[in-house]
Amino acid sequence: MQRLTVPLLLLATLAGLVLAAKLGWIDLYVQTTLMFLCINIIMATSLNLINGYMGEFSCGHAGFMAVGAYVSSLLSVALFTSSATFGEPLLPPSLALLGLPLCLLAGGVAAALAGLLVAFPSFRTRGDYLAIITLAANYIIISLVENLDVIGGARGFMGMKKVLNNMEEVAGLPWMVIWTFVGTVFCVWILQRYIRSSMGKGVMAVCQDEIAAEIMSVNTNQVKLTAFLLSSGLAGVAGGLFAHVVGYVNPQAFNILKSTEAMVMVYLGGMGSLTGSILSAGLMTVLLEVLRPLQIIKWVAIPLLLIILMQFRPEGIMGNRELGDLFPKLKKYYRFK
Amino acid sequence: MALLDIKDLSIRFGGLIAVSDFSTSFEGGELNGLIGPNGAGKTTVFNMVSGFYQPTGGAIVFDGTRVGKLKPHKVTALGISRTFQNIRLWHELTVLDNIRVSQYSRLGYNLWDCFLRTKNYLGREADIDRAAFAILEALDLDRFAAEYPKNLPYGLQRKVEIARALSTRPKLLLLDEPAAGLNSSDVDGLIKLIRFIHKEFKLTIWMIEHQMTVVMSLCEWIKVIDFGRTIAEGAPEAIQQNPEVIKAYLGDGTI
Repeated sequence: MQRLTVPLLLLATLAGLVLAAKLGWIDLYVQTTLMFLCINIIMATSLNLINGYMGEFSCGHAGFMAVGAYVSSLLSVALFTSSATFGEPLLPPSLALLGLPLCLLAGGVAAALAGLLVAFPSFRTRGDYLAIITLAANYIIISLVENLDVIGGARGFMGMKKVLNNMEEVAGLPWMVIWTFVGTVFCVWILQRYIRSSMGKGVMAVCQDEIAAEIMSVNTNQVKLTAFLLSSGLAGVAGGLFAHVVGYVNPQAFNILKSTEAMVMVYLGGMGSLTGSILSAGLMTVLLEVLRPLQIIKWVAIPLLLIILMQFRPEGIMGNRELGDLFPKLKKYYRFK
Repeated sequence: MALLDIKDLSIRFGGLIAVSDFSTSFEGGELNGLIGPNGAGKTTVFNMVSGFYQPTGGAIVFDGTRVGKLKPHKVTALGISRTFQNIRLWHELTVLDNIRVSQYSRLGYNLWDCFLRTKNYLGREADIDRAAFAILEALDLDRFAAEYPKNLPYGLQRKVEIARALSTRPKLLLLDEPAAGLNSSDVDGLIKLIRFIHKEFKLTIWMIEHQMTVVMSLCEWIKVIDFGRTIAEGAPEAIQQNPEVIKAYLGDGTI
């Protein structure tokens, strides 16, 4: 029974959300905020694998998000709706119900491949130099998209709302709420399984002493490749979800500012703590919305808060502990394996 | 066939010849020493044998495989493990995790197994845990399994590092100054420990050491190098009397 606590809780949360959205207890604004929260969780946790667990400094995470966003949007629009770019749908629009998650996954795979752009240089460089490379990767991806006029270039790309409308015609459920939630659970689940395994512990060994790791039989190149592919792939999933939630993507939405946002969440929550990243993603998203009445002052208040936090708790909210380390009793139920 | 065969090993860094024409051979089961003054090139030899440096000349053959151009993790998987002069444990991982990660070459599952928690994954992880605990128990370290190495006293850190080296299942263990920084009672423990693992794990051990008590009480055969050249070799008693060795360590008396 205890093994099932977490899955049951998650299922109940999902059912509650769907019900609330369906019956109109929470309006579209709240729904969208919750979906952004989930997307931020994916961004923060996946970036944490690189910046926290592996100790590298990746500041181009949004670039991979862009790849996922574009690939999944292009796929879903081409397959399930008629559009000016692709013409008639290649598959019956009602199939979108099943097709959308596959498109999101495809976006993730494409983003993982884009992650190679950073993974290969990481074999030979570390630290600041690799940080510059990740930054460059972000710019390369964005300029590439901006200069591809076929997919809208700098004007962006849209049509995903039609796919969603098709889905709602087939079955009237808040589909994006469901898929965003499922996607988030999927990402955190994968990450935490990886990190808890002896294989994933290799990531931390590489972080702490790469030479010792290599000499103690850890294939450091393989570890780096896996970590970068996993991290960028999950960012791609987040991008796909983002594109479908908003219904419109444009390359500048994935610039360095977006990457910084993810980084802030990682450092706020604590490097090397998945629960920390989840908490801080939630905190940031809610804070940004709650402080909206402050208007422009919001952008003074939040960074100020960050500065204060970093002064008094430089290791972030959770340090490198997980929730289970703080409340050992929870561990019994923490069978999120 | 010899376990380890090193022939005319040389390495140069730019204009500096760090090691030249170094040869040695292990049949298996020995406990030999490599000594020499500071900067003689001892650690460089170890770094080449463990695959960290690529030699510029000569050959290292381990168990029938040429080591020279292999990546270090492949060399370790072949059966050469080592410790470091300055302890290089992963201090933010527990002792147990240190031992687990060092079994990386024998993980035996892939990423999908890991995501899906397949039977293979669970079985292999259980094996890894068992192997880790077996080593910790053999070295009387199991009490510290959940500790972080940074919180342990220096002597225990050395011991954990040896345990970690053993967890890669080596045939040849290279110990780089295992007694460095230990006090005299720790040194006695270390001598016992090395004797114990030599017998219990049926290892071939090759060690660099400065403390003569350790070298003289443990080593069967000693090689002495100075400025990268081999200047003497022989049984401990003979080495102690060798004028070349005394000259290398103490100078030749002329000022």
